Amino acid sequence: MNEEKIKQELEDKFSYLKDLVNIKRKGRIFAQVPLGEFNTVFAYAVKKMGFLALSAITGLDRGDGVFEVIYHLNKEGRVLLNLSVMLNKGNPEVNTVTSYCPSADIYERELMDLLGIKVNGLAPGHRYPLTDDWPKGEYPLRKDWKGNSGTPFPGKEAKNA
Amino acid sequence: MHESGDVKIPIGPQHPALKEPESFLISLRGEKITASSVRLGYNHRGIEKACEERTYTQGLYLIERICGICSHSHSTCFVQAVEEIAGLEVPARAKYIRTLIAELERMHSHLLWLGVAGHEIGFDTLLMYTWRDREVVMDLLAALTGNRVNYGINTIGGVRRDINSKQKEEILGAMDILEDRTKYYIDLAKGETTLIKRLQGVGILSHEDAEKLDAVGPTARASGIERDVRKDDPYAAYAELDFKVISVNSCDVYGRTLVRLGELMESFNLVRQVMRKIPEGPILVKPPRKIPAGEVVSRYEAPRGEDLHYVRSNGTEKPDRVKVRAPTLANIQSVSKMLEDRYLADMPIVIAAIDPCFSCTDRLVALRDAESEKKNTVAWETVRLKGVEWYKNRGVDFTSLNKKLTKLFQHA
Repeated sequence: MNEEKIKQELEDKFSYLKDLVNIKRKGRIFAQVPLGEFNTVFAYAVKKMGFLALSAITGLDRGDGVFEVIYHLNKEGRVLLNLSVMLNKGNPEVNTVTSYCPSADIYERELMDLLGIKVNGLAPGHRYPLTDDWPKGEYPLRKDWKGNSGTPFPGKEAKNA
Repeated sequence: MHESGDVKIPIGPQHPALKEPESFLISLRGEKITASSVRLGYNHRGIEKACEERTYTQGLYLIERICGICSHSHSTCFVQAVEEIAGLEVPARAKYIRTLIAELERMHSHLLWLGVAGHEIGFDTLLMYTWRDREVVMDLLAALTGNRVNYGINTIGGVRRDINSKQKEEILGAMDILEDRTKYYIDLAKGETTLIKRLQGVGILSHEDAEKLDAVGPTARASGIERDVRKDDPYAAYAELDFKVISVNSCDVYGRTLVRLGELMESFNLVRQVMRKIPEGPILVKPPRKIPAGEVVSRYEAPRGEDLHYVRSNGTEKPDRVKVRAPTLANIQSVSKMLEDRYLADMPIVIAAIDPCFSCTDRLVALRDAESEKKNTVAWETVRLKGVEWYKNRGVDFTSLNKKLTKLFQHA
């Protein structure tokens, strides 16, 4: 299955993806998926198209009140399908994909810790990568986070006392 | 799943199995592990955020310091991404030099791992042997780049140092010595009963589980997954080089050992090809100060497996987002599966077998005089000689053994 065929299959199956699937180069396909349709497209890519491995999940703050989450799926290590979804910064929520890709667990915890994105359905577990006593509401990868919001950080209280 | 009737033991973040901070919660029934979970993040330094506040060139030096062992892996993965967005055509000679350093890095990493594995199973002679041999590679890296770790060879658009014909000879000579030593380790791994008995059937990760948990690198290849970014998605000069992807189907720690030994032999072969095929020409093209807007996913086969960097640019001189997924993060999730229903005593070698990453050392140290509080910077060689002297004064003298070894290497 080459990149053109993958693009064609996605566009044929999901008409709303027309013009949203982009082959950047050999082995790199990017597709922007509407939030409401994301779970369906993700499940289809994993179960029907053979993108069985999840290489990583990238979360980013676009700086315009929108968060973007990119799921880097790969097929037999050769072709990367990067499915991205946009979230409203006021209420950033996605559903867990751990039922399709168990390895998503750690990447989803990273989204929660660093960007404050809620991941619905994720099993309870250790947080990652921030410390257990990291202040609530501080999300380092948000563009407006400068690390000087006035909230005392772990260890700072003792030092200043 | 941790159950209430089991004994729970927290192991870490400082513990005997590893030299880096990770914390495992182990549930035990008798000597058997019934469940385990891992807590990571003790070493989180905010490098991704820091990259957003720095130029691409400044970020490169930060990225290189993610890891002391596979620093070239991260820096290459990052520059490849930036070069792709900027549309830079990196000179062929630079690509070959990147490949050379990459394979030297793989050699020192695998030799280091073999020593650590030996140590974890009480075979410290193997640790002494492999770490002695590893010095051959470390010396080469220092000669070629100026540094034992964090080589600083990469820059956006190519590499910062060329290699000359004298260095080529030194590299080829070192390959002969290392190949000879590796053959000895392969014979050892295939013939030494205690080593085989200790590693076979330990830390099982079935082919299906390795696929399901998205294991990478030697961990995946020892479970029969023939996946290697150098072959599947070639970068640098790998598309022009001939090599085998080493994989076995034993799915255990023994298999992970054989894969790394096989990969060492392939690395010697790759370096010899690089020396034969490296073209003449420039080693660098000038990159633009501002990188056009775009996004790229870059991949690289680090010694521990696939390294992945996602870079998004916004047309300025600083990136909008840099995401790094190191291979250990992909493999750590397989550890719980490997530990399931195993003995507690297997835990150190099982964890070590995925070759988790830890920081490396500098080659200069600052010593403070206890009386005068005066600080001196001392060269590594001086520290080594002081160490030799310290042991001599206590009746431990390796002078004659060292002479014999030097002679052995000269005749090799």
